[in-house]
Amino acid sequence: MDCRARFGVTYMQALSGLIDQAASEIDAASDLAALDAVRVSYLGKKGELTARLKSMSQLSAKDRPAAGQEINKAKQTLQGLINTRRDGLEAAALAVKLAADAVDVSLPGRGNSIGGRHPVSRAQARIERIFTNAGFGVRSGPEIEDDFHNFTALNIPENHPARAMHDTFYFPGGNLLRTHTSPVQIRSIVTEGVPIRIIAPGRVYRCDSDQTHTPMFHQVEGLVIGEEISFANLKAVLHQFVEAFFERKAELRFRPSYFPFTEPSAEVDVRWGEGKWLEILGCGMVHPNVLESAGIDPEKYTGYAFGIGIERLAMLRYGVTDLRMFFENDLRFLRQFR
Amino acid sequence: MKIAESWLREWVNPDLDTDALAHQLTMLGHEVDSLDLEGAGIGDVVIAEVVEFGKHPDADRLSVCKVNDGSGDLLDVVCGAPNVFKGMKSPFAKPGVTLPNGLKLRKAKIRGVVSNGMLCSAVELGLGDESDGIISLPQDAPVGSQLVDFLDLPDAVFDLDLTPNRGDCFSVLGIARDVAALTGAALKDPSVEGATVGIDDTQAVELVDPAGCPRFAGRVIRGIDPAARSPVWLTERLRRAGLREISPVVDITNYVMLELGQPLHAYDFGLLQGRIRPRLAKVGEKVTLLDEQEVELNSDTLIITDDSGPIGIAGIMGGLSTAVSDTTSDIFLEAAYWPQDFMAGRARAYGMHTDASLRFERGVDPEGQGRAVERATQLLLEIAGGKAGPLVVESSKKHLPVSKSIVLRSGRISRLLGLEIADDEITNILQRLEMTMESVDGGWKVTPPGHRFDMEIEADLIEEVARIHGYDSIPEVTEISQAPLATVTETTIDLEQVIATLIARDYQEVITYSFIDADANKAFTGCVSELVLSNPISSEMSVMRASLWPGMVAAAAANSARQQERIRMFEVSKSFHGTLDEHTEVLRIAGLVSGAVLPEQWGSKPESVDFFDIKADVEALLGLASASDDVDFVATEHPALQPGQAAEIVRNDVVIGIVGKLHPQLAKQNDFKRALYVFELDAEKALASVAPSASTISKFPAIRRDIAVVVDDKVSADELVKAVASSSPELIRDVRIFDIYKGEGIEAGRKSVAIGLILQETSRTLTDDDADAAMAAVVSKLEDKFAAELRD
Repeated sequence: MDCRARFGVTYMQALSGLIDQAASEIDAASDLAALDAVRVSYLGKKGELTARLKSMSQLSAKDRPAAGQEINKAKQTLQGLINTRRDGLEAAALAVKLAADAVDVSLPGRGNSIGGRHPVSRAQARIERIFTNAGFGVRSGPEIEDDFHNFTALNIPENHPARAMHDTFYFPGGNLLRTHTSPVQIRSIVTEGVPIRIIAPGRVYRCDSDQTHTPMFHQVEGLVIGEEISFANLKAVLHQFVEAFFERKAELRFRPSYFPFTEPSAEVDVRWGEGKWLEILGCGMVHPNVLESAGIDPEKYTGYAFGIGIERLAMLRYGVTDLRMFFENDLRFLRQFR
Repeated sequence: MKIAESWLREWVNPDLDTDALAHQLTMLGHEVDSLDLEGAGIGDVVIAEVVEFGKHPDADRLSVCKVNDGSGDLLDVVCGAPNVFKGMKSPFAKPGVTLPNGLKLRKAKIRGVVSNGMLCSAVELGLGDESDGIISLPQDAPVGSQLVDFLDLPDAVFDLDLTPNRGDCFSVLGIARDVAALTGAALKDPSVEGATVGIDDTQAVELVDPAGCPRFAGRVIRGIDPAARSPVWLTERLRRAGLREISPVVDITNYVMLELGQPLHAYDFGLLQGRIRPRLAKVGEKVTLLDEQEVELNSDTLIITDDSGPIGIAGIMGGLSTAVSDTTSDIFLEAAYWPQDFMAGRARAYGMHTDASLRFERGVDPEGQGRAVERATQLLLEIAGGKAGPLVVESSKKHLPVSKSIVLRSGRISRLLGLEIADDEITNILQRLEMTMESVDGGWKVTPPGHRFDMEIEADLIEEVARIHGYDSIPEVTEISQAPLATVTETTIDLEQVIATLIARDYQEVITYSFIDADANKAFTGCVSELVLSNPISSEMSVMRASLWPGMVAAAAANSARQQERIRMFEVSKSFHGTLDEHTEVLRIAGLVSGAVLPEQWGSKPESVDFFDIKADVEALLGLASASDDVDFVATEHPALQPGQAAEIVRNDVVIGIVGKLHPQLAKQNDFKRALYVFELDAEKALASVAPSASTISKFPAIRRDIAVVVDDKVSADELVKAVASSSPELIRDVRIFDIYKGEGIEAGRKSVAIGLILQETSRTLTDDDADAAMAAVVSKLEDKFAAELRD
C-alpha cells in the first residue's frame, strides 16, 4: 500500500467519503441504540475516525497539523450529526409517549358540581347590594309582631278598612304574623333615631292562598328620613333602583294611591319600551302620624318609604310566570337559577 | 267598582277618548283594572219576536220557533234555551252574522229541522259572563231594529280599583267630580228637585242611638204599580255595573246607590209595625235577612228595629219580615248615615259583604241622604207611578261630622314634594275639588266639602294638589345623604360567605314555609309548639316551626317523588320558640343531603353520603371562622335523629348546632325511603368569629412519627387526639388519625387507631432523641388514660 497515496488529496477524499457514509448511517439509525452503535463505530475507541487519528503518527511533521485539523473537523461534524439525530429521535419518542397519554378533553370534569341560590333570595341579595352600595343600612325585625308595630303605629287604627285588606294571621292573645316589613320602620326609628336611611328585607305573611297569592312572601321596606327629604328624592331613588335591578333603562309611572302610613302615596308601574305598564311597588312620604308615633317631629323631619315585593321583581327578572313555583322547592325549577 | 263610560259622560264629558279617559282615571288614583268594550261586533244583531213556539219533533230539549225579525218573513229558528216563550222579544242573529265569540251563523239543519239563525244569550253577545237562557227584552223593544241602538251600545265599562280612603268615589258622581277637577270639564249639577208631595203619610223614626245613626232620611210612597218593569236604559246601566234587574223598587235603590254613592233600603210600608228605631243590637237578638239566613247579632252591630224587633242590619242587609215583594204597592224608603266607626268590620264578622256595607265602611257623604231619597222618588214615580209623602229627615246635628278647616302652607308643599307650584295653581286645584279657601299668612285655611271626609291634615291636601297637578310633574332629584363609614366586622362570619360556601359544596337553597304541621313540629323537635295560629290556612300550616328540618324533609320527599335521587339543599331562615307572651326568633342555617356523594360521573364509583360527608360540610362552614378548632362534635340523642349518628356541635360549652342522620322511622313517615342526613346551626352562635391572630412559622424542619394504639371502642377519636396533643403541647404541632381498624387480630370491643404526629420546634431543629421523648410521653399518656396498648 502506498502510504503517500493514503494521505494527500486522495486521503482527504477518502475522509469525506467516510463522513458521507457515517452521515447516511446516522440518518438510518431508527432508535437511540442504533444511533449509539453508529457513534461507537466511528467515534468510539476503536472507531474509524479514532483509528485515523492514531495513524497520524505515520505522517510527516509537515502534513500532520493539516491532517489533524481535518480529522477533528470530521469528528465534530459527525458529533453534530449524531446530536441532531438524537434530538430528533428523542422528540419522536416523546411524541409517541405523549400521544399515548392523550385524553378525551370533552369528557366532563370529575368531582362535585355546584349548588345554587333560590331565585327569591338571589333577588333579595341583589336588592340589598344595590341599596347598601348607596349607603343604606340593612335592618331586620321580628316576624311575629304585635298589633302596635304592624298596624297602630303605622296609622292603621283598629277598625281601619286597611286592616281587613291585610288578611292577617293572628295568634291567640292578639299578636300576629307581620303582614308587611313596615313595622321595621318604627322599630328602627325608635332604636336609631333620625336621620335614617335603611332597607328592611324579610318574610311577610297574609292569610291568602290562590294562584297569585302565597300565604308567605318577601318584601323589602325602604325608609329615608331627613330634614330635606322630598317626593322628588323618592322618585329618583326608585327610578335608579329599578334600572339598577333590571340592568336596563326603564320608564316609571307614579300614580296616586293610598297607604295609611304614607301621604302622599303612590303606586309605581314600570315599563320597558312600548311594553305594558306593570305594577311593581308602593311608596310615599311618611305620614306625620307615623313619625309622631315613633317620637319624631314631623315639622322638622320628612321622609319617604317604599315597599317592594321581592317575588314580583324576581318573576319579572327571571321570567317566572307562576308565583307558587317559588315555594314548591322543585329542584328542577331551582337549578335554573345557579 | 264597575262604571259605564256612557253613564260617567252624562255627568262629566271631558274632551278625551275612551283610552285617554281610562288613563286619566288611573292617574287620578282610581286604577282601571280592566276596560271592557261591551256591544262591540254585534251591530248586525236585530230585535226579533217569537211569534210561535213548539217542541222540536226529535229533540226534547230543543224548540222550534217562528221568529219575526222585521224582514217581513217569519223564520223557522231552532232554539235550545229553556226560557223561550211565545211573544218573547229577543236578540236575533241571521245567517251570515259573526258573533263576538267568533261563531259565524249559517243556515243549518238541526236534527232535521232547518234553522235560519239564532236567538242569542248574553254570553253569546259578550254582554255577560253567565246566562240562563236567551235575553228577554222588554215588550217595547222595536222588532227589526238593531239591538245596539235599543241598548245604547257599544259602551266601555271601566272596572276601577278604588282605594279605601276614597269612599266618596264609590259612585258615578264621585268619579265624575274627580274627573271634572282634573280636566276642568263641567260637572252635571247633582242637586235633585224635591218631588211633589201627594199624600201625607209618614213613618215615624226615632234616633234612639244618635251616635250610631245621626241622620235618617225617609219617605212613604204609596200606590206604585207592582207589575211595572224597569226601563231598559236603567237595567242596562245596572247590568254594566254588575247588577241584575229585580224589580223597579230594588233596581232604583241600586241605581241611586251607584249614581250618588248613598245606599238605600225600601221596606214594605204595610209590614212595618210602629216606630223605626235604629240602635245597637242586644246580645242574643236575631234577625232573618233578605237572603233568608237567620243571624244572631253581636252587640257592636247597628240594627233597625220596629215594634216587632229587629228588621234589618244597618248598612249591611235588610230583613225578610218587611221586605218588598212582587205585590208591594206601598213602600217606605230609607237613606241613613251610618258612621264608619260603627260599620268597620261588621259585615265581615257575619261573613257578609254587600254593596251597601262596602260603601258605609269606607264612608258616605253625611249630607247626601235627603238627596238620595229625592232622586229615588223621582225615578220611582216616573217608572212605577205612585204618590210621595213628605220627605222626613231626622238628624242629630251634634253627632254629625263637621268639616274642619286645615292650614296649608305653600312652603310645606314644595318641601314635601320637591316641586314649586304657583299659589294660583294650588288655589285653582283645591277649588276645583270643591274646597273653600281662605288666605292666611304663608298659605291658606282650607275647608273641604262634606264628601271629602278623608281630608284630615295638611299632608292630605298636599297629596290632592300633587294628584291633580300630576305626579308626573314632580322631578327626580337624588338626595344628598351623609353616610359616615361603617365598620366591616370580623366578629361574625358574613352570611353571604356561608351561603357561597354551601353553594360551592353543591347545596341548593330552598325556601320553606315558617308555619308547619303541629305533629311534624313535635316529631322533629320533641316539643309541642305554643305558637299556634288562630286562623291558619290549613292544619298543615298551623304552628310556627321550631326547626327548619320538617319543611326541608317534606321538600326532599317531594323531590324524591319527582325522581330526584341526589338531594342536597339548605335554607337560611328563622325558627320560632317560646310562648305567646314571650317568644324568640332564631336565624338558622340548615342543610339536608341524601343520595350519592358526587353526581353520577365516569371514573368514580357512586358512594352514598354518610355522617362524615355532611360533617365535612358543617366543618367547612365553621372553618370560615377563626379559632374553629375549638369546635367539638359530641354524641347526643335527638328525637329526629338516629341514635348513634347524632352529634351536638359545641363551641366554648355552647351548643351551636346539631348534625346527624334522620331517624329512619321519621324519614319513612315523611315518605322518604333512603338515608338522609341533616344539620342545623344557630347562625348567631355558629358564625361568631374573631379577627385572626398570626403566630410565628417555624423555619426548622418538622418530624413525622406514627403510632398505632389499641383502645376500647368507646374511646372517641376526639378524646384520643386531645390526649395526644396535650402530652407535649410545646412540640406537637398536629395530630391526625389516619386509620381505624377493627376485626381480626383485635380483641372484640376494641379498635386499633393509627395516629400521625407532626413535631416541630420554632427555635431549633428537633433531634431523634427529642422525638423519641415526645413519643414516649404520648404513649404513657394514652396508657394511663385509656389503657391503650401500643401496636407494632
